[in-house]
Amino acid sequence: MSLPAVWRTRKQRYALMGEICKKCGVKIFPPRDVCPECSKPAQTPYSFSGKGVVYSFATVYQAPEEFEEYAPYTVAIVKLEEGPMVTAQLTDVDPEEVKIGMPVEMVTRKLYEEGKGGVIHYGYKFRPCIE
Amino acid sequence: MRRRREVAIIGIGQTRVGEHWDKSIKQLAAEAILAALKDAKIDRVDTLYVGNALSGELAFQEHLGAAIADFAGLRPIEALKVEAAGASGAAALRLGYLAVAGGLADFVLVCGVEKVTDSPAEKVISALSLSIDGEYEREMGLSFVALNALIMRRYMHEFGYELKDFANFSVNAHKNAVNNPHAMFRNPITEKAFVEARMVVEPINLLDSSPVADGAAALVLCPMDMARDFSARPVRIASSVVATDTLALHDRKDPLFLEAAYLSAKRAYEIAGIKPEDIDLFELNDSFTIMAALSLEAAGFAEKGKGVKLAMDGEIAIDGRIPISTMGGLKARGNPLGATGVYQVAEAVLQLRYEAGPNQVKDAHWALVQSIGGTGGTAVTHILEGPD
Repeated sequence: MSLPAVWRTRKQRYALMGEICKKCGVKIFPPRDVCPECSKPAQTPYSFSGKGVVYSFATVYQAPEEFEEYAPYTVAIVKLEEGPMVTAQLTDVDPEEVKIGMPVEMVTRKLYEEGKGGVIHYGYKFRPCIE
Repeated sequence: MRRRREVAIIGIGQTRVGEHWDKSIKQLAAEAILAALKDAKIDRVDTLYVGNALSGELAFQEHLGAAIADFAGLRPIEALKVEAAGASGAAALRLGYLAVAGGLADFVLVCGVEKVTDSPAEKVISALSLSIDGEYEREMGLSFVALNALIMRRYMHEFGYELKDFANFSVNAHKNAVNNPHAMFRNPITEKAFVEARMVVEPINLLDSSPVADGAAALVLCPMDMARDFSARPVRIASSVVATDTLALHDRKDPLFLEAAYLSAKRAYEIAGIKPEDIDLFELNDSFTIMAALSLEAAGFAEKGKGVKLAMDGEIAIDGRIPISTMGGLKARGNPLGATGVYQVAEAVLQLRYEAGPNQVKDAHWALVQSIGGTGGTAVTHILEGPD
């Protein structure tokens, strides 16, 4: 992803900042400015707790170019406790122990580097909840 | 709705799907176009629509409308490229249909083409994922395959299937491709080979995935009332419908349901005035076995969670209740991305003209053809009717 795009999405990437629709109350992540439920403008910021459960997961052996050095790694769709689902990598977990329904929480991690010595992309990943 | 003209397919052309090191994207397209024109017994058309997904990225050529019209000897006709990821070819047919049905063109060529082997494999793998959400899927390390794997895992979890239960989708496709001279993989495979294949993104393995390759296919359209002058067995396009869904998988209320595929199929049945039980064969998107299962469910052939059961019970075979991938499907004919939708239609036309050889579906009259872009963001459904 381009640097301007990384900059544009920094609040989402570092703080799970989404939106709430004032008209119908639905909470939206990632933000999309138009409510997916009622199609009204929805641009009021809403900060998500970062807590959720694993909806599905998969282990990537054949990774996209930028991620090759990290393979194999586990990706998931996480259902946030406020409702929306988010796609991310799982971290700090043995892939064998991942289960659908497992409680997870958001953490900030390195995603990848743009080549050797290039810009480092940071963003959210999810790890098993620490009680 | 205003009056529309009935539209017929009077010619088809296909190149073999595979690794065409000796041919450019223009040569592949021209080969399919010339074959289709020959089949329709005409030498000029009014308009050319080119379906292509990634020529700029992988074949280093954009502006494909002019490039291909020029190379195929069709200059100076109207010629445009259409893009909708893996549904690009079907989307090009949709535009061709609109032009003829609306009375704005009489003879239209639709060409789907993709040239992937001009780029190294790593680049092809990355380019494939340009159809998924760049900011919230790709940036997190997801690929097109990974998203399909997430769908498959959840499906297995909710409905209690194991990997081997999906095997017959691939076994059936490979079996059918043996008799297709245009197919990439004309070798049968076994359930054992399927289960033991190398993992790509677990639970999706190599024999679960369709091979991305080079290829081109073309169709010639004209108004139905002129079709008999050119073809002894013109095939009628009974309906042509496009629907869309969220680009990102995580934005769907139910990621296990292909809403756009469902809506476009439902509308297509209504327009054609038929029901799923009238369909004799279904050329669907089997880019991964899970997509074949979800397509069977979305198009009304199985209840939710039962699509895989149809394959396990052998109902998807040529002589089964609902034959799919009758010439090998994306899995074994091969998946030339933007060309795939046109191959699917060309194969259905062969069936409806009774020219499918050993793979002929007996008395085939109605064919359902569905192409899917990305993980389901675009679905293009066509229903074709064979001559009496």
